[in-house]
Parts: sequence; structure tokens; C-alpha cells
Amino acid sequence: MVPLQWYLMLSAAVFTIGVFGFLTRRNIIIMFMSIELMLNAVNISLVSFSHYLQDLRGQILVFFIITVAAAEAAIGLAIIIALFRNKTTAHVDDMNEMKG
Amino acid sequence: MLPKLFFGYFAVVITVLSILVVTRRNPVHSVMWMLLLFFNLASMYLFLDAEFIAAIQVIVYAGAILVLFLFVVLLLNLREELKADRFIGSWPAGLIVAAAIMVSMVFAINSFVPGPMGTYSIDYIQKETYTKVLGEVLYTEYLFPFEIASLILLIAIIGAIVLAKKRMRS
Repeated sequence: MVPLQWYLMLSAAVFTIGVFGFLTRRNIIIMFMSIELMLNAVNISLVSFSHYLQDLRGQILVFFIITVAAAEAAIGLAIIIALFRNKTTAHVDDMNEMKG
Repeated sequence: MLPKLFFGYFAVVITVLSILVVTRRNPVHSVMWMLLLFFNLASMYLFLDAEFIAAIQVIVYAGAILVLFLFVVLLLNLREELKADRFIGSWPAGLIVAAAIMVSMVFAINSFVPGPMGTYSIDYIQKETYTKVLGEVLYTEYLFPFEIASLILLIAIIGAIVLAKKRMRS
């Protein structure tokens, strides 16, 4: 039997890679994919919790995470298209109109 | 022994594919590696007795979300992106932040104590069939969140149309 901790470690590793990608890449598509990677890391830990604690609520939570991820992808990619139409770049550092 | 072997395969492949996703220069390559990553994740969910989640992972993530990503990548002109630097100049700072998060999560996992066991044992699920049990939980205990999820999807549809629509010049 594989210990639960191993799955949590895998989830932590994937989450960390997602954080690294989000912080260091400046291509907006890749940043967005890093966010999806982080969501998937959470899904791994929820499914393994659900398996090891013999409770289905973790998998229900995964459903809702996938729903929100789909909605987020649709909205986010629409924003990317709108941005690209105005700036013709996918580089985040070129988008500084709001001087944030 | 065999489950550990399987887990080792999944752990290595998933980690390597995640690193490939965030380090490729060309977004199309990233999307393709991510497709492979999602299939591996789905098979790991099968390994964890979550068949329905595995199917949803393939259908929604690999089938819908990644195709959407591919479409957007194809709509954008990425010639200049391929010449730009892959990482920002201060990428070690990002690495340090990520490593700090990793270390704190490792400490948290090592001191983690599991809570009480639930009532949905493998035998019970096998007797009642998996999807039926899942549906019973989803449509009784989580009915209200389920309705909210449908509202979120409606907002996503409307928002995507409004945002991506070209303004008419009158």
C-alpha cells in the first residue's frame, strides 16, 4: 500500500512547479497553464484524501474545482484574446497601461 | 510492491511533464505536454479508485480546456514570443519563493494527522456501484453547490462572449 504522504508530496511538487512557472514566465498563455497546473495539484491531493479516508466528499470537491477551472479557462482566454486584439502581444510586461 | 512501482512511474512522469510544461519556449509544445500530463493524471485517478473523476479529467480537461488553449494559441501571433527570453531576468527569485512553498508544504505533510474515516468504504462502493453513490452524495448533500456551479458556467458563457466579441464601429 502506498502511503498517503507520497501522494501529498507529489501534489506539493506539482503545485510548486506551477508556482515557479507562474512567477518566472511572462508569456500569458504559459502563466495561465501554470494556474491550471496548480489546480490539478490540488485535485491530486483531494482524490488521494478521498481514497485514503474513504469519503466521497473529496471527489465532489474535485467536480466543483473542474467546473470552476473550465469557467476560468473560458473567461481568461477571452480576456487574452481581447488583450491581444488591442496590444498584439502575449507578453505580460508589455501590458502596463494601469501602471500597477 | 506493485502499487509502489505504479506510484513511482506516475510520480516521475507527472513531475517531469509538469516541468516540461512550464519550461518550453513554444506554447504549442507546452499544451501538448500538458495533454500528456492530463492523461497520466487520469490514469492515476483510476489507480486511486476514482473512475468517474478520471473520465471527467479526460473529457473536460484534455478534451475541452486544452482544445480551448490550443485554439487561442493558434489565434495569437507568436513569432515574437519565440525570440523573447524564456524566463524573466530575476528567475532565481521565483525559484526561491517556489522552494520556500515546497519546504513549508513538506513540513506540513510530515506532521499531518489524518482525520476520522468516512463511511464510503471500497466494499460499500463496490456493492452500490461507484457512480450511483457519487450521484447520491452530489444530488442530496451538495445540491445547492451544484446549482451554484451551473450559475458559474452560465456566467462564464456570457462573460466569454461579451469579452471576446468584436466591437461594432457605427
